[in-house]
Amino acid sequence: MSLIQIAWRNFCHRSLSSSLTTLSLALGVGLVVLVLSIFGIITEAFSRNASVGYNLVVGPKGSALQLTLNSVYYLSQPIENLPFTEYMEFFPKAERADMVRRYGGDPALGERDGVYSGFVAGGYVIPLALGDYYGEFRAVGTTPDFFEKLRKGPNLDEKFSFREGRPFKDFTKQNGYFEAVLGSRVASEMGMHAGETFYPTHGDPEGKGHGQGFKIVGILDPTGTPNDRATFVNLEGFYLLDNHSRPLTGDEIIVENEDWKQRDPDHKPLTIPQREVTSILVRNGNLMFAPGMQNKINEGLQAQAAAPVGEIAKLMTAIVGPLLKALLAITLITCVVAAVGVLVAIYNSMNDRRRDIAVMRALGARRETVTSIILAESLMIALIGGVLGWFLAHLAIWIASGYIEDQTGVQVTLFTTSAYELAILPLVVGLALLAGFLPAASAYRTDVGSNLAA
Amino acid sequence: MKALEITDLVKTFDQPGGGRLTVLDVSSFQISAGEQVALIGESGGGKTTLLHLIAGLLTPDTGSIRLAGTELTKLSEQGRDRFRASAIGYVFQTFNLLPAFTAIENVRLGMTFGHGHHDPNRAMDLLDRVGLADRAHYRPSQLSVGQQQRVAIARALAGKPKLLLADEPTANVDPVSAESVLDLIHQSCEEENLAMLMVTHSMEVAQRFERVESLEKINHAFSHSES
Repeated sequence: MSLIQIAWRNFCHRSLSSSLTTLSLALGVGLVVLVLSIFGIITEAFSRNASVGYNLVVGPKGSALQLTLNSVYYLSQPIENLPFTEYMEFFPKAERADMVRRYGGDPALGERDGVYSGFVAGGYVIPLALGDYYGEFRAVGTTPDFFEKLRKGPNLDEKFSFREGRPFKDFTKQNGYFEAVLGSRVASEMGMHAGETFYPTHGDPEGKGHGQGFKIVGILDPTGTPNDRATFVNLEGFYLLDNHSRPLTGDEIIVENEDWKQRDPDHKPLTIPQREVTSILVRNGNLMFAPGMQNKINEGLQAQAAAPVGEIAKLMTAIVGPLLKALLAITLITCVVAAVGVLVAIYNSMNDRRRDIAVMRALGARRETVTSIILAESLMIALIGGVLGWFLAHLAIWIASGYIEDQTGVQVTLFTTSAYELAILPLVVGLALLAGFLPAASAYRTDVGSNLAA
Repeated sequence: MKALEITDLVKTFDQPGGGRLTVLDVSSFQISAGEQVALIGESGGGKTTLLHLIAGLLTPDTGSIRLAGTELTKLSEQGRDRFRASAIGYVFQTFNLLPAFTAIENVRLGMTFGHGHHDPNRAMDLLDRVGLADRAHYRPSQLSVGQQQRVAIARALAGKPKLLLADEPTANVDPVSAESVLDLIHQSCEEENLAMLMVTHSMEVAQRFERVESLEKINHAFSHSES
């Protein structure tokens, strides 16, 4: 018989004690693997969401992280607003002139290229206006470009797809300026479908409801991004809501025409001086221009440009890094506790084993041999418990994989592992072997004569 | 050739109150190859200590134990372990079968720790010889007391030893089983041409041996303490 067979027989003979020790070790390992896996999924989701096609977010001066959080993740409060003219700086002369003609404003704005238009050439610029809510979810004013130009997915090559309906339009005869698209989670939690109307609230989830409703024309498929929990409304409609107009000082030069009356005589679009944006998502046509443009914006007095990927990396380093250290420390403590459990279980059984050890010694087993048998048993508990714990944790994650993918966009399989958890099994095995040394030393010292007589 | 030669063997133990107690003082004791000897003595007379010394589980203070030509007292502990595994079979009073193992696994344990290559069928052959082939996969708790001792005898023979040591092997079995156990031990030793030393306090058991020695006579420590 091999030593492993002997150890296995001992393991089976004390089946209740062995099973409970192994189970407690499995639960410890499973808990650690589960926590590390969830941490890995959250980290990946956070990092992935920081990159959704645009490379810069432009907003008012202030915290770059706050700008990223409220523009990319729809978290935190917006810093302030930027005048619409700042948004216009990203466009060439012709488009600026068109904006002046459509909305009304200072004709001089349309007589020059935007300061940053050269940097953006070939890319896109999408405005965001924040401040309203639908239930607990952010209502985001934006343009149809949001759905037309942004891309998602691991390779940023997938267009937004719709579970119901279509993207909103700048203006339609049926709904005027008041069309909206719901993220998948908003729609499911609020129980809304395309064709229904909702009324955003102003300022916060419990804020005063706007009297003007938006017709839901589309519901997005789940994207695994923060867009799932946002409500998108047409920026033109957003501007027309109560208190969304920037007060005029009277010093503005505004040249208007009457074209708007042909679209909807009841709703006059805000003029350029009345308009504001909370932030601007920018994709440079050539990414080499991004740093130059970022510097130029940041040198200005009004706006700042932040790279979401960089900001999230900083957040990871500042908050998630220490959190990871804490998790790894908990992992270590859990593994040590599990190893102590192995030690206690085997050590407590040593009194029962002394006669067996003495018999084996009388049959010719060396001290080192009986020591190895104890260590092998410790190793078995660690291996079975470790593998079982790992498997249970991954089974749980696999069972929840559909939910995880819906919520985070991260796909997990039964065998998706993080680098950290690969170290757990060797750690547990090492600690269990260490724990086995005390009873093994006791086995080594067992007196044969007195225990044979017992 | 002698299977066992003991010369000037002395073994002492620490006494609780200080000083040392001489338990064994044997000037000469020998067993020839294939010879079966009963060593009779009272409880506490040093019988088990003598067996432990011969098995290399204890070391003497002084003296020589030569077993099948090998001087045991010159071997290291590891050497004695190795030698015991390959040259000595041990039958205990309380059988000492390991409860976690089946009968055949207990027998296999008897050849696990030696260095020789053994016939894989030997364990089953031995169980067959002791009449327990049909109980090969029973655990000790599922066997009667007599059956357990038979498994213990098969285990002692498993490593093809040169000397069989038996420590009161019938003390814990009923008279009928005791007869059959003794028959089995004698028969097995004859078949394997094996020398045997059985210690017992029973004259009834000793009478079945051609050679019977009294520990009181060979152990001078006993006569010192008597005087």
